[in-house]
Amino acid sequence: MDFISILSIFVLACFIGYYVVWAVTPALHTPLMAVTNAISSVIIVGALVAAAAAGFPGAKWLGLLAVVLASINIFGGFAVTARMLAMYKKKER
Amino acid sequence: MSLPPPPAPPAVEHHSVGDAVGHLAQPSWVLLAYLVAGICFILALRGLSSPQSSQRGNRFGMVGMAIAVVTTLAVHEIANIIEILVAIAIGAVIGLVTARRIAMTAMPQLVAAFHSLVGLAAVLVGAAAYLNPTAFGIAEVAQVTTDYDFTKVLIGINPVSRIEMGLGVAIGAITFSGSVIAFLKLNGNMSGKPILLPGRHVLNLGLLTLILGLIGYFTTDQSSWVFWTITALSFLIGFLLIVPIGGADMPVVVSMLNSYSGWAAAAMGFTLGNTAMIITGALVGSSGAILSYIMCRAMNRSFISVIAGGFGGDAAAGGGAGGAIDRPYKRGSAEDAAFLMSQAEQVIIVPGYGMAVAQAQHALREMGDLLKKEGVSVKYAIHPVAGRMPGHMNVLLAEANVPYDEVFELEDINSEFARTDVAFVIGANDVTNPAAKTDKSSPIYGMPVLDVEKAKTVLFIKRSMGGAGYAGVDNELFYRDNTMMLLADAKKMVEEIVKSLG
Repeated sequence: MDFISILSIFVLACFIGYYVVWAVTPALHTPLMAVTNAISSVIIVGALVAAAAAGFPGAKWLGLLAVVLASINIFGGFAVTARMLAMYKKKER
Repeated sequence: MSLPPPPAPPAVEHHSVGDAVGHLAQPSWVLLAYLVAGICFILALRGLSSPQSSQRGNRFGMVGMAIAVVTTLAVHEIANIIEILVAIAIGAVIGLVTARRIAMTAMPQLVAAFHSLVGLAAVLVGAAAYLNPTAFGIAEVAQVTTDYDFTKVLIGINPVSRIEMGLGVAIGAITFSGSVIAFLKLNGNMSGKPILLPGRHVLNLGLLTLILGLIGYFTTDQSSWVFWTITALSFLIGFLLIVPIGGADMPVVVSMLNSYSGWAAAAMGFTLGNTAMIITGALVGSSGAILSYIMCRAMNRSFISVIAGGFGGDAAAGGGAGGAIDRPYKRGSAEDAAFLMSQAEQVIIVPGYGMAVAQAQHALREMGDLLKKEGVSVKYAIHPVAGRMPGHMNVLLAEANVPYDEVFELEDINSEFARTDVAFVIGANDVTNPAAKTDKSSPIYGMPVLDVEKAKTVLFIKRSMGGAGYAGVDNELFYRDNTMMLLADAKKMVEEIVKSLG
């Protein structure tokens, strides 16, 4: 993909983000932060590329460490979000 | 015998591996898979528009992440899969255990800690890409052609990728060190008071300019000192930026760092030409930016003034603060409070950070239940900056089993105070201060506040009469005729009220 295509995706995604986030109910702002945390760990993709490559031990170890950090975030972020969301209940009656 | 002709001078032709920007050509199913992952992340945020759809949204997020990870593993040649699986397993165990054990009151710290990990991961990925550009498909090679043969020689990283990489590493490093400081402040390892260095604005602006200049220079010179200096200076500025910001401004800081972690992921997405990363980065970046904006608006402060720091220390002293010590106030007991509330038609509870500190949310819900049994209508009013992060109070009340349809935001409930018998303020202070509406000399003037003073009676729980709110302002509310001060620890007071009611 050329730079302009990537930039287009980025700019459009910013607009989507703007509208989607304004639609989030303020009561769920804490879960919003937790889940954005989890999904921004998609940076694990870069970490995996580095960790998978042969031949450059330095880069590989940095990659593996990044995989550990991103995994903490992914598993921790989604789990804590799920835990919080399960607590939101409607009035019984 | 004649000598062989000297070899022709090698013709050097520069070009990148892959496409115009240098990304490795990827099969279209891979591009599609990353796009689907990106869409899953959009749906994850979309689900949060209501509590009913939120859990499904979270599952979309998990599916998106699984797609992104599996796709990446499927298309890359992996030298050692065991190492990678072990790394993921270590992270999973730490993450899951933390998520299960963490107290809901500690959520701001946890989020700050998670931000720091995203930041550090971005730095590590950037460094790995710098050391091994070929794996990331951002290497530029020269083709050296002679009469007999041609070989490809690595000459470095293509310049566009160097800018993206430099920005990604810089933002990641700022996110990391800034979040570490935010964590220490929120966790109480470091004082919440702003620490003001002389000349910090000049220093920070200078550093920022230097970092941007170095990223520009990085396109012409990719020596390792340039890369590592950018990284080191960014760590430093992240630290310097957050240190002067006071505890009361933490909701803005946490949101801002949330935003930064997104931009760092987006910059890395540009480097890798990965749509999932770019979409996610843009979503998270906008999300954090919007939350920062909402928090600033709720405090009537500009983003710049929050970033400049210094608020919430001893310096702030507004009208009414001086000479307020001896003003008369009414003091009530738990029995008085219980009686007043049981006789009321409607009680609005206004929780703040103090409720979280005292862990009073469960006792509070018990009190609410007893009142409801007596036929009293009980509602909760939440100010956007109550607590240490956006939505903090809502989570704590949800944890204590308060139904979310009894919890209202400022603009939805403010008109109701005038029709309410008792406003019960627990652990909140500045967000109820009427001076924000009337006193132009007050540092919190203009901040939207809850109109609790319009209720027939205000019950205000406070540990003692000394000590102002986080803004360092005395609250005029304490001395009003319709205010009764309940001076005690929030949790103990609520428990005593529960006893009197029961």
